[in-house]
Amino acid sequence: MMQIPCIRCGARDEHEFICGGTSHIARPALEQDDVVWGEYLFFRDNPKGRHLERWRHVYGCGLWFNLVRDTVTHEVLAVYAITAAPPP
Amino acid sequence: MPSNYSAWGLLRGALSRHRHWAPAWRDAAPRPHYDVVIVGGGGHGLATAYYLAKNHGLTRVAVLERGWIGGGNTGRNTTIVRSNYLFPESARLYDFSLRLYEGLSRELNFNIMLSQRGLIMLAHSRHDLDSMARWANAMRMNDIAAELLTVDQIRELAPALDLSAGARLPVLGGFCQRRAGSARHDAVAWGYARAASALGVDIIQGCEVNEFIREDGRVAAVKTSRGLIRAERVGIAAAGHSSVLAKLAGFRLPVTSYALQAMVSEPIKPILDTVILSPGTGAYVSQSDKGEIVMGAMLDLFPSYAQRGSFAVKQAIIAATLALFPSFSRLQLLRQWAGIVDVVHDSSPIIGPTPVPGLFINCGWGTGGFKAIPVGGWTFAHVLATGESHPLAEPFQLSRFLSGRLIDEAAASGIAH
Repeated sequence: MMQIPCIRCGARDEHEFICGGTSHIARPALEQDDVVWGEYLFFRDNPKGRHLERWRHVYGCGLWFNLVRDTVTHEVLAVYAITAAPPP
Repeated sequence: MPSNYSAWGLLRGALSRHRHWAPAWRDAAPRPHYDVVIVGGGGHGLATAYYLAKNHGLTRVAVLERGWIGGGNTGRNTTIVRSNYLFPESARLYDFSLRLYEGLSRELNFNIMLSQRGLIMLAHSRHDLDSMARWANAMRMNDIAAELLTVDQIRELAPALDLSAGARLPVLGGFCQRRAGSARHDAVAWGYARAASALGVDIIQGCEVNEFIREDGRVAAVKTSRGLIRAERVGIAAAGHSSVLAKLAGFRLPVTSYALQAMVSEPIKPILDTVILSPGTGAYVSQSDKGEIVMGAMLDLFPSYAQRGSFAVKQAIIAATLALFPSFSRLQLLRQWAGIVDVVHDSSPIIGPTPVPGLFINCGWGTGGFKAIPVGGWTFAHVLATGESHPLAEPFQLSRFLSGRLIDEAAASGIAH
């Protein structure tokens, strides 16, 4: 079972959390065409390896935060606030 | 060419101590040039190669597999076949697949052990009953037989279920597709491999694609761990690894890869001769021909390329199974595994061209690719051979994610997404 480091509560078991998918997807302007909106809504990098993603401590403090996690090893590489810029 | 499998062959083998058996298919070395190269030697890739040769007469075809054939999701699923979908486009597609399965042992001269033992969906609430009536009616509108069941009918079909008044999840009714059932997953991969190989297709294992080489914008060759291979057309059939290959070719897909796990108990005497699916808990349970109880349920709901699965979800799957079948609580777990599935937002596949000329893709089957192997191969072979979409695959193009014409089968995909 993964240990997810909640930014407020520290490491807790995975089943206290939900994953909210890829972070930092910028919403396009309303006047953009269907191709831009289709890309925004559906198309993802889906990397094998380092992935920036949102998690929520849903059965804990309720906070949303960001993780850098490896999708092959499941190792958590970094944790940062939901509004912070991703680490390099 | 391998000999035809028959009762006579078995008899002859008995007399000669079974020394006459030849390998079922050729483990080929790559040639420098093919008409079609298929990346991915799972069920879909092998079926595509077979139908390219059989339906379109193309035999200069190679299937490139990074590991060994059928070692990915084809060897990691729960072997359920069914066509109980909601929308006409999906019903046509999946029922064509089930009909191909019904004739496949004969077609391939390989026993795929198809067992149409029926699949029962359980309703645990008044609302479930309503949604199942709608579901069964949608199937009938698409000319696919479905029967609504009372609790007494369910008791007759699956007496091991907890149908008591005090059950953790009371069963109020359900519906059944009797033509659904299971097939032997390894046999499907090997049957297609053997039949394709006999028609001249090269099956190349241990061959990883590292680069797509383009000439004038068009894919002209693939650079692999076993050398450069030129091809007129290239098809990707790589399930959970589709995004990785798409990235090599320079485009993105509407796909997220998740681990889907399943497990089997120790083998026991026959107790369950149908397939049980409980959408309320996500659990689906059947008994294999070897006697193992086969269990699966929800996805590990975070992106993953690790073929193992989380303990937290394993626990939930077992809890859901035991809520339905409390009598299984003393069984020992024998094996647990996970496959990486390619989930798209509408739980429907993508079979057709990509933004890169000469490169085609068959992906997006998500949690339900096994049942679709025959139709995936049939329709993918069609577009690879002719450049035109097969009518069955026409609605299932990548372009639907830009036009918004989605075919949302999330409710019928059987697995909570």
